[in-house]
Amino acid sequence: MTAPDAPGIEASLRGRLGDFELAVELSAPASGVTALVGPSGCGKTTLLRCLSGVCRLEGRVSFNGQVWQDGRAFVAPHRRPVGYVFQEASLFPHLSVRGNLDFGLRRTRAAPRLSLDEAVDLLDLARLLHRNPAKLSGGERQRVAIARALLVQPELLLLDEPVSSVDAANKAEILGHLERINAQLAVPMIYVSHDPAEVARLAHRVLAMEAGQIVPAAKAGVLTQADALAAVDRLSPDEVKALAAAALQAGLKPGPTAGA
Amino acid sequence: MEDAVWLSAKLAAVTTAVLLVLATPLAWWLSRRGSWVKEAVAAIAAMPIVLPPTVLGFYLLIALGPHSPLMAPLQVFGVRTLAFTFTGLVVGSVVYSLPFAVQPLRAAFEAIGERPLEVAASLRASPLDALLNVELPLARRGFFTAAILVFAHTVGEFGVVLMIGGAIPKETEVLSIKIYEFVEASQYADAHRLAAGMLAFAFLVVLATLLVGRGLERLRP
Repeated sequence: MTAPDAPGIEASLRGRLGDFELAVELSAPASGVTALVGPSGCGKTTLLRCLSGVCRLEGRVSFNGQVWQDGRAFVAPHRRPVGYVFQEASLFPHLSVRGNLDFGLRRTRAAPRLSLDEAVDLLDLARLLHRNPAKLSGGERQRVAIARALLVQPELLLLDEPVSSVDAANKAEILGHLERINAQLAVPMIYVSHDPAEVARLAHRVLAMEAGQIVPAAKAGVLTQADALAAVDRLSPDEVKALAAAALQAGLKPGPTAGA
Repeated sequence: MEDAVWLSAKLAAVTTAVLLVLATPLAWWLSRRGSWVKEAVAAIAAMPIVLPPTVLGFYLLIALGPHSPLMAPLQVFGVRTLAFTFTGLVVGSVVYSLPFAVQPLRAAFEAIGERPLEVAASLRASPLDALLNVELPLARRGFFTAAILVFAHTVGEFGVVLMIGGAIPKETEVLSIKIYEFVEASQYADAHRLAAGMLAFAFLVVLATLLVGRGLERLRP
């Protein structure tokens, strides 16, 4: 089905996952932010882990023509050009913030595109560099984890609900950082989330999962921007006005749309 | 008397060093998920806790004696037996104290779990790199506990030493044996001095580990 040298992220995976079978056919361009949404336990995290290589199911994974997994080959996780931000920041407790950032930076063989100083600047970490990860707030920890993942100079950044355990104020701040990262660095991201507001804010496209399979986004109640625009085109001007008024009443404000 | 103190300290130090080297890979392997074979090996490694020291000492005496097949390879080097030698005591102590090294280390490795290793892999660390630079440093409390327990347990052993070491001055006559001999000879004053010294030593060791353990926490970045 997928050509061996197809550009973008191509995955065809199957395997048992708790109560159900995971059977995923994923195809996404390697650019911008691809949101992966769905109810908890539907296999989003497992899919992300299989892309990173820390988990292995039957099938095939390729990225911009590089085969990461097929019937014979399996590229070990430390050899894949991915950055991974886990749901819990999972900073190394035996290293300072600086030590955590250095850990991947020292080991990566990829061409340096982002320097330590730039990463510190991008995620506002200057005050935290010499701190012990155990003494950081949840939001601070997750910012360090994002910088740490970016510093391995990944060609693909995987984020597993990075703000789900962060309070609202910090969530907004981190989403702002992610928007800047997305605008400034050309790193494609796969962003796992179950929060429609986050997805609407960040994502260029949405992949919806249900019970181990990727389903059409509209069926899962999530509209991509293109779907939404097509739907608006079919509405009469009065209906558009009514919708806009309802949105304003609901507290939504007009702002810059995610640049598609 | 000083000889016995020095010998006990030397035996405990050598045993601790040997056990940390031997028990670390064993404990690490036991901490990975596996079959019932692993639990069987874990049970064997824990048996010295349950066995009377005399049983352990009896088998060790046979295993280290001149007619033991285990000694055959050593006879090439002119070694007939390790019974009643310092080396034999080290072998016995290593077996006797094995669980006190394996159990804290296994618990420490299990407590770390898979996540830090996955993070290390995502940060380009090979499995060996992750083991050396993530897993071992994270298990340091386990190493500390293992070292203390093995050292203290070896200083305190009596039955195994008596069975395989006898009481050869400067060779196998350790502290606990010396105290026993003093008491047997009704030299209570000498026995008191050694026994009280052991009490103080035990207290200081435990106190020092508690203080250093807390200090380690504070020294962290």
